[in-house]
This record gives sequence, structure tokens and C-alpha cells, in this order.
Amino acid sequence: MPTATISGQEVTVDDEGFMTEYDQWNEDVAAALASQIGIDLGEGHWQVIKFLREDYKEQGETPMLRRVANMSGVSTKELFLLFPKKPAKKMAYIAGVPKPHGCV
Amino acid sequence: MTTAQEAPSIIPDFGDDEDTDRKICFIASKGTLDMVYPSLVMANAALGEGIETHIFFTFWGLDIITKKHQDDLQFTWMGNTAMHPPGGKVHMPQGAAGLPGMTRIATKMMKRQIADLDVPEVPEFVQMISDAGGHLWACKMTVDMMGLTKEDMIDEVEDIISATDFIELSEGAQVIFT
Repeated sequence: MPTATISGQEVTVDDEGFMTEYDQWNEDVAAALASQIGIDLGEGHWQVIKFLREDYKEQGETPMLRRVANMSGVSTKELFLLFPKKPAKKMAYIAGVPKPHGCV
Repeated sequence: MTTAQEAPSIIPDFGDDEDTDRKICFIASKGTLDMVYPSLVMANAALGEGIETHIFFTFWGLDIITKKHQDDLQFTWMGNTAMHPPGGKVHMPQGAAGLPGMTRIATKMMKRQIADLDVPEVPEFVQMISDAGGHLWACKMTVDMMGLTKEDMIDEVEDIISATDFIELSEGAQVIFT
């Protein structure tokens, strides 16, 4: 597995750059990852990212957009504004969880 | 020298820099429960990938966006000789599909299987696609044939358009008929 230095911290990533170790993540890492893809984290982003972290921990898989919209309190429309174009992948990347694999 | 935020070796390609003109248009022509999901699932996936997505609802597919029908689509295995129970190898007799009440039972079963996958029912799914920026179009010929107006459609429908309008708007798009 390749590693990357993010916010002064060494993290393990997969071939695409998604973090592979849940516990290597922290808020500084998230902010650094977000800035790398042009996102400045605000309140709405954090609400989503925290939901993703908790849900992944409980369910063992990254939630798809519908689940995020229904359970995080941030609507589908807002998700597309916060994480433009590819929201599901971008939020997973920032939250340090694997890319989602579901269909819906 | 190490900077405070050293660049990682790999940043995923989210396609933000590409000026893609990829566009997908689905033609949804069926109104049976099992045949409405393919276009909805794929349209939703395309939107999640940042692709401009349109769905043109025609013939029985129009039921997907009419207020009266969208929550009441049915499934039957009449005419579907491939039908077998989930995971089973036994073929369901065609004659049994025609028994009174069988469509209701088969519909209920399929709805449960879909819900088990955490996939929404049709009205919520269509709403979700619209919220994600999907464009929904009703077919003029079908609307006229069924004696409907824009009022009969859900609010998310952008317009009632002709076949020619659809051909124009789908220029350069990947068109998928379902």
C-alpha cells in the first residue's frame, strides 16, 4: 500500500488515494484532503463527514448518497452543492472511508 | 524542506478539471415495477458521477411521473418465462401469473426485496433524481393519448415535449432505451 504525508501525518492510501486505515484520520487530515480537491470545509461538510465516519464504524461499509441524505440531516440538493459533481466519492475521500460500492 | 501540508503522492481523479460534455438520456417506456428501476438506478448513478442526465418518459413509462400512478406500479411475471423465485431454480408456471390476486402478491414481494436493499420506492426515487439535478420530460404523444395535462404530472417534470424536441435535446448524448 502506498503512503502519503497529509497535514504532517503519514497515512496509508489505496491506488486511487483513498485512505485505508480508519484510525489514521483526524480533522486536520480531513481539512487537508478537502483542500486538495478544492473544498473548504464548513459546518455542512462536517455534519456529513461525521455522519459518514459514525455510519461506517457501525455498518462496516460506506453509505450511499440516499442513506446520507436520509440520515445525516443534509438533503440531496445540499449534498450536491457541498461536494460538487461526485458527492458520494468526494465525501468518502475526505472522511477517510472507502469509496462507496452500492448501486443506490 | 517540509511544508506544513505536504502534498500526498496520490489524489483521486474526481474529474473536476476535465471539461466533460458527457450526457446521458434515458427513454423510460415501461410502467411495470421491474422495468422502471433500470433507468432510475442508472440515471441516479450517472448524476452521482456528475453527468448531465435526462429521462424521457413515454407510453407506460409515463406512469412513473404521473401523480395518480407513480406509487401504484405493479409487477407480474405474465409473459416472463424466465421468472423463478428469488434464488430458486423452479420456473413459475405462466398460468399461475393469471390467477386473481397474483399480481398483488408478486408486487408486494418485489417491493419488499427492493426495500431490503435500501432502494427507495418509485416516488422517492424520482424525487431524489430531480434533487440531484436530473431532468424529467414527459412525452407529448403519450400525454395526449391518455388525455392528461401538465397538472397530472408531478411538479418535478420540466415540460411535456415532442419526439422532435427529445431528438434535439439528446444531441451528442448517449441514449439508452428501457
